[in-house]
Amino acid sequence: MPDPVLQTRGLTAFYGDFQALFGIDFEVLAGETIAIIGANGAGKSTFLRSVTGMLSTRGQGITLFGQPVDGVPPHELVARGLAMVPEGRRLFPSLTVEENLLIGGYRRRGSYWTLNRIYELFPILAERRHNGGTELSGGQQQMVAIGRALMSDPKLLLCDEISLGLAPIVIRDIYASLPRIREHGTTIVVVEQDVTQALAVADRVYCFQEGHVSLTGRPADLSRQEITTAYFGAAEEHA
Amino acid sequence: MDWVNAVVQGVLLGGLYALFASGLSLMFGVMRFVNIAHGDFIVMAAYGALVIVGATGLYPLWTMIAIVPGMALLGFVGQRVLLNRTLGEDILPPLLVTFGLSIIIQNVLLEVFSADSQKLQAGWLETASIPIAGGLNIGLMPLLIFVSALIVIGGLQTFLYRTPVGRVLRATSDDQETVRLMGADNARIFAYATAIASAVVGIAGVYMAMRTNFDPSVGPARLLFAFEAVIIGGLGSLWGTLVGGIILGVAQAIGAQIDPGFQILAGHIAFLFVLVMRPQGLLPRMRG
Repeated sequence: MPDPVLQTRGLTAFYGDFQALFGIDFEVLAGETIAIIGANGAGKSTFLRSVTGMLSTRGQGITLFGQPVDGVPPHELVARGLAMVPEGRRLFPSLTVEENLLIGGYRRRGSYWTLNRIYELFPILAERRHNGGTELSGGQQQMVAIGRALMSDPKLLLCDEISLGLAPIVIRDIYASLPRIREHGTTIVVVEQDVTQALAVADRVYCFQEGHVSLTGRPADLSRQEITTAYFGAAEEHA
Repeated sequence: MDWVNAVVQGVLLGGLYALFASGLSLMFGVMRFVNIAHGDFIVMAAYGALVIVGATGLYPLWTMIAIVPGMALLGFVGQRVLLNRTLGEDILPPLLVTFGLSIIIQNVLLEVFSADSQKLQAGWLETASIPIAGGLNIGLMPLLIFVSALIVIGGLQTFLYRTPVGRVLRATSDDQETVRLMGADNARIFAYATAIASAVVGIAGVYMAMRTNFDPSVGPARLLFAFEAVIIGGLGSLWGTLVGGIILGVAQAIGAQIDPGFQILAGHIAFLFVLVMRPQGLLPRMRG
């Protein structure tokens, strides 16, 4: 069995006094694509912020590439092979598309993902390379955000809500790029509210609810009823 | 002709103000904090040049060879050791710490050098001038300072827009949090920014010492001129900072032409006028 790329054991996280995560057990193996689904406020983004070191988790419970990440700052984790497509894309508005991509390569680990390969993956970006990052449509901006994360040649790519606010046809294009990214050995974790999309792409799914893992398994093994309950809460609460 | 002369002298004076301001502008752009001790760093560089000239008898301009890298190193270390610890969610600590630094620097300079007014003697350069049509003369030293400001700002602009480190500085200016997710270490980037800003402070300090009298207490007024130039020009734009410096210089020169006591006040009035009419500055680049 391949080694876990990312593993958490009993991970908790707080915003001040507010507890956002309650003992999350999570594991992603090398080469897998994992989807984390859940409603707003379920703790999905908090989980990613904890894993990337952006949110202090009091230093317990996270192992990345076989090493504990206690107090390791985000830029060090990037150097180890982590890359993130942040929620809301967060492009640098005063930089061009190409400059945004180049910033992603600030800590290049390997040599596979180059500007040219990003432009092959998303041809529209080659045409827009000298435009300001925020002059693009939402879908194109999302492509820049993904390309920017790939430029560091990551072992593990985390994508936070990459379909948010985009038209269905655009979402399909974005998701079509994931298998190509995966072909080069990159492990992928997508956080997604769009359950259909998530189930289509993932090897395994984790469903979060109110800071707990409410369900986990292979998409084929999970019934619609199970997922609905795990996503929204127990049925009797709504009765 | 007196008025034309006043405008020309004001433009050239604006070059010095732009040099005062561009370090401040760069630090604010990247780290979003105003270094209250900026003016005192300029004065410190001036005293550094004074000490070197006193010890070696060198021509004042040559002191830049030591002062500029010396200030850059001081800025780099100071940022890493002290200022980085003050930066965070709260904007108050860096203001308080640099305000404290300002007081410390002024008092140490006062203790060591006394309150006597000083000036670096630049000899022939102080009196040399180029005659222009109609009895108008341009002093060689003001012209040298102005051209230096153009070179410094052009150089900074090229650095920011044409080099990888410059690109990361601009990205940091846009979004400090996201740049960390790209693998950039904020603490190091801030130290680069302060080192570069401090190098410019070194240049500004030596020129100030050659051009005007100075004593340990003149720092805060230099900070004010720098700050006004940055605001008039628009935050985050270095060419805007040059324009801001020129407007401030011209306003002061015209004020002085009306009445010698009116010089400084006229600069402040021009600043307030821009602040009321166009609060974002003339050439703003920064959003939010």
